[in-house]
Amino acid sequence: MGYVVINTELCKGCELCISACNRGALSLSETQNRKGYQPVSLARPEKCNGCSLCAIMCPDVAITVYR
Amino acid sequence: MPEAAEKCVFKPTEGLTEKPLHYCPGCSHGIIHRLIAEVLEEMGQLDNTVGVGPVGCAAFCEQYFNVDWVAAAHGRAPAVATGVRRAVPDAVVFTYQGDGDLAAIGIAEAMHAAIRGEKITTIFVNNAIYGMTGGQMAPTTLIGMKTTTSPYGRKAEETGYPVDIPKLFSEIPGAAYVASGSTDSPKAVLQTKKYIRRAFETQLAGHGYSLVSVLSNCPTNWGLTPVKAMEWIRENLVPNYTMGELKVPTAAKGGEQA
Amino acid sequence: MQKLLVKGNEAISEAAIQAGCKLFFGYPITPSNEIIEYMARRLPEVGGHMVQAESEVSSIYMLLGAAGAGERCMTGTSGCGFSLMQEGMSFLAAYELPVVIVDVARLGPALGNLDPSQGDYFQWTRGGGHGDYYNFVLAPSGVQEAADLMGLAFDLADQYRMPAVVAMDGVLGQMMEPVTFRQTDTAHLPPKTWAARGKKGGPKHDVVGYILDPVKAERSDIQRAARYDQIRATEQRWEEIALDDADLVVVSFGTAGRVARAAVREARQQGIKVGLIRPITLWPFPTNPIATALTQNAKGFMVAEMNMGQMVEDVRLAVNGRAPVYLHRNMGGSMPTTEELVARIRTLAGEVSVHA
Repeated sequence: MGYVVINTELCKGCELCISACNRGALSLSETQNRKGYQPVSLARPEKCNGCSLCAIMCPDVAITVYR
Repeated sequence: MPEAAEKCVFKPTEGLTEKPLHYCPGCSHGIIHRLIAEVLEEMGQLDNTVGVGPVGCAAFCEQYFNVDWVAAAHGRAPAVATGVRRAVPDAVVFTYQGDGDLAAIGIAEAMHAAIRGEKITTIFVNNAIYGMTGGQMAPTTLIGMKTTTSPYGRKAEETGYPVDIPKLFSEIPGAAYVASGSTDSPKAVLQTKKYIRRAFETQLAGHGYSLVSVLSNCPTNWGLTPVKAMEWIRENLVPNYTMGELKVPTAAKGGEQA
Repeated sequence: MQKLLVKGNEAISEAAIQAGCKLFFGYPITPSNEIIEYMARRLPEVGGHMVQAESEVSSIYMLLGAAGAGERCMTGTSGCGFSLMQEGMSFLAAYELPVVIVDVARLGPALGNLDPSQGDYFQWTRGGGHGDYYNFVLAPSGVQEAADLMGLAFDLADQYRMPAVVAMDGVLGQMMEPVTFRQTDTAHLPPKTWAARGKKGGPKHDVVGYILDPVKAERSDIQRAARYDQIRATEQRWEEIALDDADLVVVSFGTAGRVARAAVREARQQGIKVGLIRPITLWPFPTNPIATALTQNAKGFMVAEMNMGQMVEDVRLAVNGRAPVYLHRNMGGSMPTTEELVARIRTLAGEVSVHA
């Protein structure tokens, strides 16, 4: 099992992490951050195995991964 | 919050400052910044490094790298890095340059740094377009690709063919390490990180000049979503540029290969 | 101290090394080549490097890198090469980096020829590149003075954190004179705590030249302008002869100034009340002795220079309409002779006495 913490103020909602996650754990939030982006969230935490593929693709260094 | 048994397996590197990156959503610059910073941190060189910046979207990147920095004029980073290198012989010195910066206005400085075997590392970010000025044609723009200065698509008979920088530099004797990676997938990003590490190792070993070309995106000027832009790298840029390790130092041959 | 008979180009090179310059970046161009060749020979002996760049564009940015890392460094060039450096000199001004650039000027525009010329005066004294800035400009008139001014150039550059240009020509670069090398006292110079050499456990150093925030950009310009004003007030240098009772004041620098000095002395012997101001700093321009001469007896100024008339504009600005300013110009790489200048001095001294 794993867990990701997303810095929602750094996230620009580019979805590269969503595309990198082959377990479908991530989705965009419904809410906006202060810059007006819809940040990504760990919508299905039970699917996260802490593989870090999302963080490897994140261009804003917004993801911290625990396993 | 994570349970006590869980441990952090991926966290922001000390090699980057806490300043939020100003790049467009999904831009590869952030990935490449992080790779360089992680490698320098892992090698214990953050206190011993001087970076030299470009002009272009990354013109302000000294705000993000947690190392000493000298900014250059457009294309002149390898000359600036040469001055730094000669002044501080034991530092790690690298340039961060885009395709307009390195392959157009600064190709003389870049090639001659390699020809001199200058002990610096160049990270060459190639997205086949001028990003900051608004999407003009670069020397690496593909044939048929539409940009604001090739609105009908780049035509070989008018502007020649895209220049394959890693291939060209691998022919220069002073270039000791030349590799060509990408940012289009996690696998490609991890491979690129290995190339960057080997380039810095080449410099520290005193073998000569090293260059890592990194294929990058430009969702904004390509008119694609970040995810589609990564696919576009894979389908269009990768087939047009030499990929992998093109050259490793003679002394290192027989060692670990990609 | 030991006197050596050396060429001007060699004298400035050795003087630079004596001043602690360990790095030279340059590209061969006549008539400055003795500098890069001397450095190639000599710098390895003192643990330094000469790097032969692929162009002057590259040379000036190598200087920017080395100066950004806090080292004393220099280049030597001429004519077209100095033009190619102007983009980088604008960057050096904005980055506030101390470097020394020797321009052994040749006749221009374009390729011109190797004959002595003072046609680079505007380029030297008006910044030369894009944007709003100045460089120190030091203009020797002989080989000993050239050697002395090199040490001063490094010190002024370090003290005020800006480039210093040593303005020569082919005559000064090529002629041989006896020279004694003197050390300058550098104890008063500020430490280069801003240099980018790796953090070494301390804070990060950023050597950059852009300011996106308009308020900060304006503040930075105001600070730099204040420094330029301070330099204008305190760093003017010149040689003067017999200004006290001079009706006519000759203003002339460099090679022309050397001839003008002889001509003024000759004219004095003939009983003409003439004096000389020979600017040693072309920027800051020595306005003080002009102001002083005007409060004494000066009724007119004669500018002798080897161009179409460039420094004459600075003299006119300093005189500000209070006296006539005449131009004696030699062009096409020709130098004035003493006789020619004495003749012109005699004519003009007569005119200013009549009109006064």
